Amino acid sequence: MSDVTIEVKDLTRRFGDFIAVDRISFEVKAGEVFGFLGANGAGKTTAIRMLIGLLEPSGGTARIAGHDIYTESEAIKQSIGYMSQRFSLYEDLTPRENIRLYGGIYGLTRKQIRERSDRVLARLGLAGVADDAVRRLPLGWRQKLAFSVALIHEPHIVFLDEPTSGVDPITRRQFWELIYEAASAGTTVLVSTHYMDEAEYCDRISIMVSGRIAAIGAPADLKRQFGVNSIDELFVRLARPQSETSA
Amino acid sequence: MNAVAVEGLTKRFAGSVALDRVSFTVAPGELFGFIGPDGAGKTTLFRILVTLLEPDAGRASVLGRDVVKEFRALRERVGYMPGRFSLYPDLSVEENLRFFASVFGTTIGAERARIAPIYAQLEPFKARRAAALSGGMKQKLALCCALVHRPEILILDEPTTGVDAVSRREFWELLGELKQGGLNVVVSTPYMDEARRCDRIALIHRGRLLAVDTPAGIVRAFDRPLLGVRARDRFKALLALRAFQHAHSVYPFGEVIHYTDQRKNAPTETLTADVRAFLAAKGFADASAEPIEPTVEDSFIARTASSGDQLDGGAA
Repeated sequence: MSDVTIEVKDLTRRFGDFIAVDRISFEVKAGEVFGFLGANGAGKTTAIRMLIGLLEPSGGTARIAGHDIYTESEAIKQSIGYMSQRFSLYEDLTPRENIRLYGGIYGLTRKQIRERSDRVLARLGLAGVADDAVRRLPLGWRQKLAFSVALIHEPHIVFLDEPTSGVDPITRRQFWELIYEAASAGTTVLVSTHYMDEAEYCDRISIMVSGRIAAIGAPADLKRQFGVNSIDELFVRLARPQSETSA
Repeated sequence: MNAVAVEGLTKRFAGSVALDRVSFTVAPGELFGFIGPDGAGKTTLFRILVTLLEPDAGRASVLGRDVVKEFRALRERVGYMPGRFSLYPDLSVEENLRFFASVFGTTIGAERARIAPIYAQLEPFKARRAAALSGGMKQKLALCCALVHRPEILILDEPTTGVDAVSRREFWELLGELKQGGLNVVVSTPYMDEARRCDRIALIHRGRLLAVDTPAGIVRAFDRPLLGVRARDRFKALLALRAFQHAHSVYPFGEVIHYTDQRKNAPTETLTADVRAFLAAKGFADASAEPIEPTVEDSFIARTASSGDQLDGGAA
């Protein structure tokens, strides 16, 4: 497999007359942290659903970890991890049980599951609560555990949808350190977030407006290119016209 | 008379303390913000202020009325927007508004002037079911419904959570206009960057107020020089800095690493030179360090880290 783990060309999705995603193209490299931004309704979720093999495109091509999104969606699912703010872990199960469940779904052996459980629980400092129900853990611990569970089958790419929503600032930073750690081990990380300051943690970001990618690049380069002080400012400038017409 | 006066407010749920002896006041006409993560106690506090929940100890009054003894008189005067979207999803925009107006014995027509600036943005979609609105539009409708009975104070629980940056900005502009119109506004948010929109803020964490002050005052109280460190490989630089013998705190803040030094009163030139020299010796030849202004988020982190119970991150 080449160094490029996400390769998207002219990807398009229509719903009736509405073009939710309009010929977007971009590439993400192994070990890169890529921020995927856009206002509500800009087409982010539709694009991500196509990339993870849950929605068939209307046109264009994409390869995820070398696999074609039209013909190899099962192989894609094995190559990616996914974590969303809304749902990530079974709250009635313990951390150890959650890891075993996901490990089993991804076809890991008992031995692999045992070894990786111990490693994850030790790394997160959760060994002491490994057998407590997840719902009893603080939100920040759950988020970090959910991230590690999304990586349990050692995917090439992990998709994170609003991963740090609502957590306290210290935990948010610990979470980003886990992201950097995964990226420096070669995992590609694609993050969507509403925290604009968080976009600045990414190596590169894209901003979607009305189904298209309106800007793409390293945060520092984009700020220079558009003459703005923050990604927040850039986001508002690009997305404001669109927000007035959508509801 | 203060718009809100709270003293020693405490609330427990099944053994856990949601609010722990909270005291503060909100002056008339103030835009007052509670800043803190999920589980900090914001919602519990607001539910007490709007008379939906009784405290276990302490007292709270809103507009001079006790929230427990005078709850009936208070309800007509308070506009409340709960954190969870709580309008009727199957009713249209207009039907929701008409319903909330009628509950308080008024009509949309009679209140038009008051809600005009917000309703103008909703009017193109007035026949649309509330469930089919975008996040930003839902928030505006909820705000309209909270305003329709002419409350004297607005209490908004995380109105901008989960809403995109553009809608968030528009929402804060609306709150600013309402404040200009003389309304008291108390609002909560988990987004630290929204703190600067408020006249005063309270930092809240695990049921306790860490600080109450103007955003500038909160930042001024940051008690040591803050350095912004940049390096091409920021993750490795961050790990290296953590091992620096003088490091006090080292956190990633987007492109920059925020660093404070144990030598609290050392001149910043010494600190920047030391940090640069240390990183250069560790192989980060491109690393730079310069003094920067702390943000509300830096203050929040400093105050929660120094409370010593944060080691493993966020026991909420």
